[in-house]
Amino acid sequence: MIAVIEPTWYLLLSALLFSIGAVGLLIRRNPLVMVMCIELMLNAANLSFVALSVQLGNIDGQTAVFFVMVVAAAEAVVGLGILVSILRARPGATADDLAELKG
Amino acid sequence: MIAVAALAATGVACAQSSVTLFGVAVQFVALGAHFVAVVQIIVYAGAIVVLFLFVIMLLGIDRTMDLQVEPIPLQRPLALVMGVGLVGLLGAAIVRARDSLAINPGTGLAVAGENAGHDANIQQLGASLYGDYVFALELASVLLIVAVTGTVLVTRRWPRSAGLGDGGQGGSDQ
Repeated sequence: MIAVIEPTWYLLLSALLFSIGAVGLLIRRNPLVMVMCIELMLNAANLSFVALSVQLGNIDGQTAVFFVMVVAAAEAVVGLGILVSILRARPGATADDLAELKG
Repeated sequence: MIAVAALAATGVACAQSSVTLFGVAVQFVALGAHFVAVVQIIVYAGAIVVLFLFVIMLLGIDRTMDLQVEPIPLQRPLALVMGVGLVGLLGAAIVRARDSLAINPGTGLAVAGENAGHDANIQQLGASLYGDYVFALELASVLLIVAVTGTVLVTRRWPRSAGLGDGGQGGSDQ
């Protein structure tokens, strides 16, 4: 099952997902969607980790994926918490409205 | 299969869809990383996406005003150009590095059903996590505890009589 698809294709898909996440982060103004795009970029990094782990025959890549998932979960929790507390004070705020740190 | 995940990812950038997380999980299964695939589904589909859905439910997303206004002129075309350039650069680097990827193919990794039992991936990953990386694992658990506690502290509405500051103009965040 390993050698069916060579890892170049997985890496290309990972690059594509990462770029889609980066473009989404740049063009969207809703902070919630921006956090989702960051998750997408982390997922792309995970995919390349696993592809290279399988290709090189080393389990450490999949261990790194585990830690990336932990950091992604913590980042989503903290980001959404800050977002809820900001949007509770200022409903409908976009990322441009939050450019000045005045709360 | 790859095209499905890419299309779903485009859906994330355009609409609010999270199918691409399942697509990546399918890729993990195809690669033989079964434990990572299951954790991907549980953590992302079971925890993070539900968290996003709760926040969307609490706050609401108005999708009408989002893509019309453009505060910084030329931002979106420049972002698209940058994205295409990023795909091109990364793709060129990957295709160029294709031959050097062939070193040491497939040794040292226990793959379920081929050279080991059906839970070989989980056993090998567990031995790695609790052997070489046990300190990082403990640090990860500390990080999760700190993140959850800090979020509770940030989002909690403090009562006025508690004397913890009046929270600025909004009055709800402290």
